[in-house]
Amino acid sequence: MIHVFNIKELYFAVDTNSGLVHAVDKIIYDLLMNERFKDENKYSELYDEYDENSVKEAISEIQYLIDNNMLYTEDIKYENKIQPVIKAMCLNMTHDCNLRCEYCFASQGTYNGEKAFLSFETGKKAFDYLVKNSGNRRNLEVDFFGGEPLMNFETIKKLVDYGRSLEKEYNKHFRFTVTTNGLLLDEEKMDYINENMDNVVLSIDGRKETNDRMRKTINGKGSYDLIIDNYKKFINKRGNKDYFVRGTFTSNNLDFSEDVRHMRELGFDKISVEPVVAKMEEKYALKEEHADILKKEYEKLAEYYIESNNDKNKRFEFFHFNIELDGGPCIYKRSAGCGAGTEYVAVTPSGELYPCHQFVGNEEFIIGNVEEGITNRTIADKFKNVSVNDKPACRDCWAKYFCSGGCHANAYNFNKDLNIPYDVGCELERKRVECSIYIKTVRFYVNN
Amino acid sequence: MKYIKTLNKNKLNDNISIKGCGECQTSCQSACKTSCTVGNQKCEQK
Repeated sequence: MIHVFNIKELYFAVDTNSGLVHAVDKIIYDLLMNERFKDENKYSELYDEYDENSVKEAISEIQYLIDNNMLYTEDIKYENKIQPVIKAMCLNMTHDCNLRCEYCFASQGTYNGEKAFLSFETGKKAFDYLVKNSGNRRNLEVDFFGGEPLMNFETIKKLVDYGRSLEKEYNKHFRFTVTTNGLLLDEEKMDYINENMDNVVLSIDGRKETNDRMRKTINGKGSYDLIIDNYKKFINKRGNKDYFVRGTFTSNNLDFSEDVRHMRELGFDKISVEPVVAKMEEKYALKEEHADILKKEYEKLAEYYIESNNDKNKRFEFFHFNIELDGGPCIYKRSAGCGAGTEYVAVTPSGELYPCHQFVGNEEFIIGNVEEGITNRTIADKFKNVSVNDKPACRDCWAKYFCSGGCHANAYNFNKDLNIPYDVGCELERKRVECSIYIKTVRFYVNN
Repeated sequence: MKYIKTLNKNKLNDNISIKGCGECQTSCQSACKTSCTVGNQKCEQK
């Protein structure tokens, strides 16, 4: 399977099974389109545009790639050898929040349930469960999540200490992340987080009007002015350690590239802005009618990204434009999906296990608890057979090994079926991959 | 090649017998928390 596309004056051919990306001249693009190169009646139509010798020379280059398994590569035969062990955990430190964001999948922090805080005892059991169920895997990831996790900051500190104490005994390494709305981010917490957290996700949607439309305080006012100085101060102290300012775009800000630009102009250089996960009936949900506008918006963002990254003072990272063409994951990882319910679980304050944070509160998805581990195999097993080659829509998609199958919660929200991905999400993902390849190619030409 | 420049050196289907250690980051845990993407992650072996 191959995919040919162009952005502006650059043309590409992606070979799905080898993962090879070829930057090609337009003559190759024209020959690959509709497989014209295979049929003289079709490729001779191009003689008006290119001379015959050039067409034949180009066809011989295409044939060279085919002969060397670089184009139209056959399906990869492999058996999944990654043993599914739990290696990542989303720890819901609170089911409570000090903001009332309208799009919150966690129902303003409570996940449709009672307000609750995760205790140190429950957190300890969660960590014990993680180290004992992670097999030979050394690197373990824990994200302190919520609600708003900093409302339960003292427990986070105790759990970090506990995690470190387990590392030697079990030969593990914890990578901690905290995801916060920034409201409680004072100097003490900044210093602690900078010292102890491998990654930090700071929630903000971008421009003040974008952010304040959805991210509101308990009194219904916008939160932008309350967090922005905290974030600036925090990032100044963060040094070279990882972080992301992370926003959500909805049908209310289809021009989300302006939100990215705004955040860059504020001085943030690691930015992620993502499509909302929402039920179809929500008025802010992203629907088919928005797809074309959003795809153009990604191209606009790609141009801004290229322009900024030509200047070392304006350079930034946009999470979804990162693409690893050589140093990326292996085929096993690329085909396996996000790992929800198989290598990743979310833990609630009462110690229930869910396949991921997006399913918390939907009790039919409870797969177990921190004391007994995974007990509901019927649900947990549904997350085992959702690789890209299990799902018909993914199997025939050129981007399957870049995407890995999309978000299960999105699939469930829109189609009530983990095996049917959310098609608008797929369209946007394919566009992001195209833009990432385009950006990589522009860099390639600049450097060579 | 006159008309084609291949951007990557390694193929996904090369040496698959020595891959699959599983030490890599869990996709959703990286930054996004909503949209699974693996093409932008790094292999821990490299």
